[in-house]
Amino acid sequence: MTRPVDPEGRAARFIALEMHESTHDRLVWGMRHNRDKAVAGVPEWEDLRELASRIKDHTLTHLDHYLEEFEANAIRLGTHVHWARDAEEHNAVVYDVLAAHRVKSLIKSKSMLQEECGMTPYLQKRGIEVTESDLGERIQQLADEPPSHIVVPAIHKLRTDVAALFAEKIGTDPKDSDPHDLAEAMRQNARPKFMAADAGMTGANFAVAETGGFVVCTNEGNADIGAAVPPLHVASIGIEKLIPRARDLGIFIRMLSRSALGSPITQYTSHFHGPRRGGELHVVLVDNTRSDRLGSPDFWHVLKCIRCGACMNTCPVYRRGGGLSYGATYSGPIGVILGPGFDLSKYRELPFHSSLCGSCTEVCPVKIDISDQIYKWRRVVAAKGMLPLAKRVGMSALGATLAHPSLFHAAEATGEWALAHLPRFLLYNPLNPWGKRRELPAVPKQTFRQWYLENRRTS
Amino acid sequence: MSARDAILAAVRKNLPRPAVPLPENPGPERKGVKHGLGYKEHLTRLPEVPGAPDVNEPLLPYFRRQLEAMGGRSFEAADAAAAGAKVADLFPDAKVVCSAVPEVPGTRTIETVRDPHELNDVDVGVVRSPLGVAEAGAVWLTQADLVVNALGVLSQHLVVLLDPAAVVETMHDAYGRIDLAASPYGVFLAGPSATGDIEGVIIHGAQGARSLTVLLIDQTSR
Repeated sequence: MTRPVDPEGRAARFIALEMHESTHDRLVWGMRHNRDKAVAGVPEWEDLRELASRIKDHTLTHLDHYLEEFEANAIRLGTHVHWARDAEEHNAVVYDVLAAHRVKSLIKSKSMLQEECGMTPYLQKRGIEVTESDLGERIQQLADEPPSHIVVPAIHKLRTDVAALFAEKIGTDPKDSDPHDLAEAMRQNARPKFMAADAGMTGANFAVAETGGFVVCTNEGNADIGAAVPPLHVASIGIEKLIPRARDLGIFIRMLSRSALGSPITQYTSHFHGPRRGGELHVVLVDNTRSDRLGSPDFWHVLKCIRCGACMNTCPVYRRGGGLSYGATYSGPIGVILGPGFDLSKYRELPFHSSLCGSCTEVCPVKIDISDQIYKWRRVVAAKGMLPLAKRVGMSALGATLAHPSLFHAAEATGEWALAHLPRFLLYNPLNPWGKRRELPAVPKQTFRQWYLENRRTS
Repeated sequence: MSARDAILAAVRKNLPRPAVPLPENPGPERKGVKHGLGYKEHLTRLPEVPGAPDVNEPLLPYFRRQLEAMGGRSFEAADAAAAGAKVADLFPDAKVVCSAVPEVPGTRTIETVRDPHELNDVDVGVVRSPLGVAEAGAVWLTQADLVVNALGVLSQHLVVLLDPAAVVETMHDAYGRIDLAASPYGVFLAGPSATGDIEGVIIHGAQGARSLTVLLIDQTSR
């Protein structure tokens, strides 16, 4: 079994500086708040959710058909279409295309799929210089960290963190933490890299079967520069990104950025159909466990995800602990249900990194049953005997207690006595992570049942 | 077995059942029916939601308001001379004005550009959009409009000419009017390049254009 990631320990390191926790919570909740305002301005929002959900359901239950339709139309437009079964094959296909064009330097925009495949280190090891062009991704690349959020990758960093990082890596003034100056410094740093790049790489938000093209949504326009300036454009597309018709984009584009940031649309919604004048276009269609997931009645709906990040912004656990605490490519509630599908042993703790409040399910624009899937992954982890010892012992004791009223009443009274009289270290010991940074409420003099028997039983 | 055949075989083996039928996408043509996807049919008044369209608000002011919310700006221009004067007025220090429209000649015409790298020195790019979308405050640009796609993203500032009659309500209307496969590149541009990646502070001019100016001018003005 792979060693599991330790979300509690990672979250503890993140919140060691209180400013991180409070700023992260404020910023991420602000995105959720802006989402609510934007959604309220679209009276047909629930109709859109239902349509989006059914279109994705339809596409996934006919995915072979739509993949073939997309491929045929893309080829007709002059696009080179490649297929990759897993991460390793994806990286090898990309490298072969780049090597055939003698690519030395590559400018890329944000792609969670390329993160998932570990593409950047693979290419760097083979002598290709890879530069992230999205500001947040570039910050994470310079910090040698994965993205902590699928939309705003460096949202866990304070401006002073970024100032220190840029001072060290690109020579800015360490005392200047004005975000405007930091962003401008990165613009100046990145432009020559765009001009010198031999190839541009992007991901894709949607691939349209009917037209054989794909859509990339950014706010910086960095994907567009990477596609428009170097002669070669390579895009990595997960096979679940397909939608049937061009006009379905109307539904998804209206929902994506409203769900993510609360803006009606991203600043750039860019459509690529065949190579631009003077350029060459390659797409790599990637499986990497998606076809396995398709065959799982409990979990295939996760493939409907359009990567808006709304579930992360609303999640009380994500907001407080930060995205890096998940130790996975995808964080937040969507990461909790994606991670175990990639590596159950490694990510077996993630389904417990949730309060099961259900808010993620409520905000999901394509109606994925996220909180139900979190619960079902807990059952899978338990059934495989992968529960950590503390949870196993605690759960079976709890099960027995709740199953027998007399045991419960005894435990209730004992528990309240214990809360009032036991030394602190027994309650706030290292085996009980819930005791960290939390205070239990003051203990009443009697249990509710004792009060009820005295006061109400006879009436 | 090739990767392609292996993936398609794995997908076929695992297709979830029962199959879900493709829902009809009502699109713009169903406006007026109860569950249409426009905005005005549904709206009585939502005073508590800033930016929501007013039932009686004409389309153009709504478009201009949304564009502004996305960080762009718009001006009316009566004719080609006025458009040229406006560009000169807004960007007095511009050395290189690269134009793809006859109304504003600029210092360089896009037809003379052979390679996108030549556009790295452009201060102001000028193009014409065939379509605006009110709800998104966006303009649609394709390779046919840009000639060299990089003009839209390498220019420090971008000026877009737009016929006020070419503004539609929603993204559904917009997708109903364009043929995606007809152009290798097409972009809905809503305001300038922007980022909120450092503590959520909105900054314009992240990598692409620092500003987006829409000049509202009739198609027949040239």
